[in-house]
Amino acid sequence: MFQQTVDILVLGLLAATALAVVRMRTLIGAAMLMGIYSFLSASWMLILDAPDVAFTEAAVGAGVSTIFVLATLSITTIRAKRQTKFQFAPLAVVVLTGAVLIYGTLDMPHFGDPEAPVHRVGNRYIKRVPEEFKIPNAVTAVLGSYRGFDTFGETTVVLTAGLGVLCLLRKRREDEPKVVTE
Amino acid sequence: MREVKILRVVSAKTLLPFILLFALYVQFHGDFGPGGGFQAGVIFGAGLILHALVFGLNESRRVIPEWVIESAAAVGVLIYGGVGVVAMLKGGKFLEYGVLDAHDRVHGQHTGLILIELGVGVTVSAVMLAIYGALAGRGRLST
Repeated sequence: MFQQTVDILVLGLLAATALAVVRMRTLIGAAMLMGIYSFLSASWMLILDAPDVAFTEAAVGAGVSTIFVLATLSITTIRAKRQTKFQFAPLAVVVLTGAVLIYGTLDMPHFGDPEAPVHRVGNRYIKRVPEEFKIPNAVTAVLGSYRGFDTFGETTVVLTAGLGVLCLLRKRREDEPKVVTE
Repeated sequence: MREVKILRVVSAKTLLPFILLFALYVQFHGDFGPGGGFQAGVIFGAGLILHALVFGLNESRRVIPEWVIESAAAVGVLIYGGVGVVAMLKGGKFLEYGVLDAHDRVHGQHTGLILIELGVGVTVSAVMLAIYGALAGRGRLST
């Protein structure tokens, strides 16, 4: 009973925050609400017994992304433009994408289904990790060793993304104010 | 924000050491508790971004120069890939950590995991700092 109440409370707050973000005109306020949304997501991940993901969500979503968005606002503008006339095309794109995503979930196994592929592989990992690694955290062993190539790829993606941002945004030398010397 | 003394003392001077220490804990305790390189890197990066927010980008760049950040981002990936290459030189496959220790495969696995997690952490924290620097360097946060 208590568990269900917490579930409903967190998910309800998530939905409420999402609606508030959409209605917010002041972009700084919207950025703050996005941070709150991330914190609620982190709580939700903790409820789902995924402390690793909760960590990441709290640090990336609530912390770093909020700062990045605020820094972006400091370069651009802090108020959203008022939309005057109704536009059909964006709504159609959003509805269509949403419908395709929901259609995609129909093929996924049910939540907690013991026959789901992830649970079959997962059980094998849980059996093998104590023998092969002698460490209690199977997640680290899976990410680092069994899925070491994926993690290598992800690290490279992080570097590439960072390089992309630097190429686009970093101040070039000629942008800097020149010091006048006699 | 440098004029606001309470922010400077409470958030940066008091909290910052603990944030960085917690990041190191998450980094090196990842085998036993939740966490690992990615989480630790993000927490470490967030801590340094907090420092930059409170004391200004120039002060932050004085502590950690730009070339250090940009090299660190690449060095992290190099550490990760390097572990794989060393495993190959020792007669194993790419990223096969078991061969890293000649006597005990389990020790080899531990060594490999700690090193690659370190690589991930270094890259992630450096990229976070670099992106913040690129964004803040252009806007009103730069002073």
